[in-house]
Amino acid sequence: MATKQVKTLKIDGMDISSIQGSSILEVAREHDIYIPTLCFVEGLCAVGSCRLCLVEIEGSGKLLPACTTQIYEGMSVITNSEKLLKYRQMILSLMFAERNHTCAVCVSNGHCDLQAMLQILHMDHIKVPYMFPRLKVDATHDRFVMDHNRCILCSACVRVCDEIEGAHTKDIEGRGIKSNIITDFAQNWGDASSCTTCGKCVQVCPTGALSEKGKAVSEQLKRRSFVSYLKSMREDVL
Amino acid sequence: MSEMKTIHSLEELEELAEVLREEQKSKSRITVCTGVACSSLGSEELAKELSEESKNLENCEVKKVGCKGLCALGVLVEDDKNMYHSLKKDDAKNLLAMMEGTQESSEYILSKDIPFYSKQKKIVLENAGYIDPDSLDDYIAADGYKALFSAISDMERSEVIDEIKKSGLRGRGGGGYPTGLKWSTVEKAIGDQKYVICNADEGDPGAFMDRSVMEADPHRVIEGMAIAAYAVGANKGYLYIRAEYPLAVKRIKLAIKRAEKFGLLGENICGSGFSLKLDVRLGAGAFVCGEETALLSSIEGKRGTPTPRPPYPAESGLWGKPTLINNVETYANIAPIIRNGGDWYAKIGTESSKGTKVFALTGQIKNSGMIEVPMGITLEQIIFEIGGGMALGREFKAVQTGGPSGGCIPRDHLNLEVDYENLKSVGSMMGSGGMIVMDESSKMVEVAKFFMEFCMSESCGKCVPCRVGTVQMYEILKKISKKDGTRKDLALLEELCDVVRNTSLCGLGQSAPNPVVSTLRFFKEEYENLLVESRCHISISKEA
Ligand SMILES: Cc1cc2nc3c(=O)[nH]c(=O)nc-3n(C[C@H](O)[C@H](O)[C@H](O)COP(=O)(O)O)c2cc1C
Ligand code: SF4
Ligand code: SF4
Ligand code: FES
Repeated sequence: MATKQVKTLKIDGMDISSIQGSSILEVAREHDIYIPTLCFVEGLCAVGSCRLCLVEIEGSGKLLPACTTQIYEGMSVITNSEKLLKYRQMILSLMFAERNHTCAVCVSNGHCDLQAMLQILHMDHIKVPYMFPRLKVDATHDRFVMDHNRCILCSACVRVCDEIEGAHTKDIEGRGIKSNIITDFAQNWGDASSCTTCGKCVQVCPTGALSEKGKAVSEQLKRRSFVSYLKSMREDVL
Repeated sequence: MSEMKTIHSLEELEELAEVLREEQKSKSRITVCTGVACSSLGSEELAKELSEESKNLENCEVKKVGCKGLCALGVLVEDDKNMYHSLKKDDAKNLLAMMEGTQESSEYILSKDIPFYSKQKKIVLENAGYIDPDSLDDYIAADGYKALFSAISDMERSEVIDEIKKSGLRGRGGGGYPTGLKWSTVEKAIGDQKYVICNADEGDPGAFMDRSVMEADPHRVIEGMAIAAYAVGANKGYLYIRAEYPLAVKRIKLAIKRAEKFGLLGENICGSGFSLKLDVRLGAGAFVCGEETALLSSIEGKRGTPTPRPPYPAESGLWGKPTLINNVETYANIAPIIRNGGDWYAKIGTESSKGTKVFALTGQIKNSGMIEVPMGITLEQIIFEIGGGMALGREFKAVQTGGPSGGCIPRDHLNLEVDYENLKSVGSMMGSGGMIVMDESSKMVEVAKFFMEFCMSESCGKCVPCRVGTVQMYEILKKISKKDGTRKDLALLEELCDVVRNTSLCGLGQSAPNPVVSTLRFFKEEYENLLVESRCHISISKEA
């Protein structure tokens, strides 16, 4: 294996060195610097779609997502500022307003990444009007339920199904505000023959959109560490 | 063309061009505009009739050609002496009589000295409206493929790139990125396989420049791409054309086939060892697929959604290989630059923006149509001299440039010299070249709402600020235009503009707020007058 080059950079004023090819997020986590994320799942391709991990790069006016941006020599990253907090709060508001997140009656109440993010970003109200769309709940699968009302379209389920399980049962249809998670050819999940019932999608889903049937709210804790473990196994084989 | 064979060298090409030119000189030629607008007025039928009627005239050929520009006065027909306008599909006999001088024609003759033509400068459109787009002969007679052959036989790859750098050409797809710089990045990128791509997805509402260039002069685009491929070291290329442009697709495909047949494309071009295979890919009409990373996903057969840059396509593009992506009009400028030199091109335009720009001039203006003007021309000259002023005798109010990513420019800025930086400084942008002229009857909140609705329905939905933010902004605009909006709504609208602009993933979301921001900048009172608060104010003062 070719030796990897080391890059030196600053994150929030701290001098740091790390390997070329790492993302800002990876390096920040190595050094216990917290950057909020929702669409990022360790072990899956980063897509940069939730926009919560945006950071400032000194000297450039543009904000860049920490999950997809690679470090380079001499860069200086700011992970937290008043401006970033304001933007993150508005983005989270938009996410909450888009669909029907009524936490009190949700299977993930208390262990939902979306809900937790409200506290992390110090939010006590949503800044934009709720949109109240009418959406379906698909309970046709034997073991799992998909509640579109609680989906934030992070695409983690699509990616894990494709990249790790290799089934590609899930995908996104439509565009813009009409985007929607589908199973196979937009069939009921229960009729989707490519689904292996592995349940990986349920585990990576950050909200209560994907849940297991017959489990109490307190039992719906999600486990994600398997993803990077499976990915590293796969890389060792290949 | 039947006796034409594979062309092996620049000398052979030039000899052939000379022969073809002599042949053309010996004939008189009637060209009928079959561009978008004239076709809809029956120019195809007129051309057919003209060919029938002129059959027994000696040495006369009738040619169907691309857009002649002054769409408002179609159908346009030209012979060796005059241009005729406002013709109808059954005017063939009359027209021939006028051409022979046996019928009064002054009413129909359009002088080429009018500002509409004299103030323009044609580089990209130099052949448009004169040559038969399906004829390789016509293109070669107009010095076609000469630039490609001289580049291949007389110039190093780096010299070609230097010439483009010297010209100062910037991307015509909207962003205005320096073309020479992009080429040299792709040239320097490490990779055994490289690609060139032509972005012909033209999705801005009201824009038809790229379409017209492809329909009027398809070989010019191909020649530009071939020169680019030679310069960056690519041997494979794609033209990504939207499926709504079937005629452009047909003409480009035919042009590729003919060029291949005569050795102008394909294997071992000009005996140099340089090869290039070009293919067409169709876009399914999603605006976002014009964004370069979404376009690449679409060609790869994936869902057409943007991916974060960096990495830029120049380093990691199609199937991860270094890829050059340029716009149709950008490529259409290349051959003339190589033929006449970068310095020649750099003499035209302003300090920061060189050359010309094609605009689709539409809206409440007299001479609507397609124009090509030197950079640095003022908006006033475009609208009141070339455009002939307002159509309905009303006052000018604003001009919208840059489509859904651009903004509205009010009359105070009519003396603005058109270039990339100046348009940006007034909150608009060059964009791909739509120019919509609005008179005093236009309502700016409605204009902003129209473009926001466009962005909302064209958002790919991948990232949150654009997917949800555009809908929230649209709802507020709707509310304000129905006179239900409050000061608080307006403040939220302004905050959303800032968030969506700075946090969206791709250019669509990043520029979606522009029409709102620019109308708020210049026409804020129109928003304020519609607010609930100002309504109350008026009714109270009336009662008092
Ligand atoms: C939403 C969106 C739509 C775009 N549509 C087009 C298009 O239709 N045609 C085009 O040439 N460029 C379009 N672009 C710009 C391209 O991403 C890219 O910058 C351009 O093709 C580069 O070519 P140039 O350097 O020659 O301008 C679009 C960009 C965005 C963000
Ligand atoms: S179902 Fe869950 S994992 Fe899938 S996109 Fe929606 S929120 Fe993300
Ligand atoms: S800005 Fe809009 S179009 Fe671009 S990636 Fe985000 S949702 Fe898609
Ligand atoms: S975690 Fe980076 S954009 Fe979502």
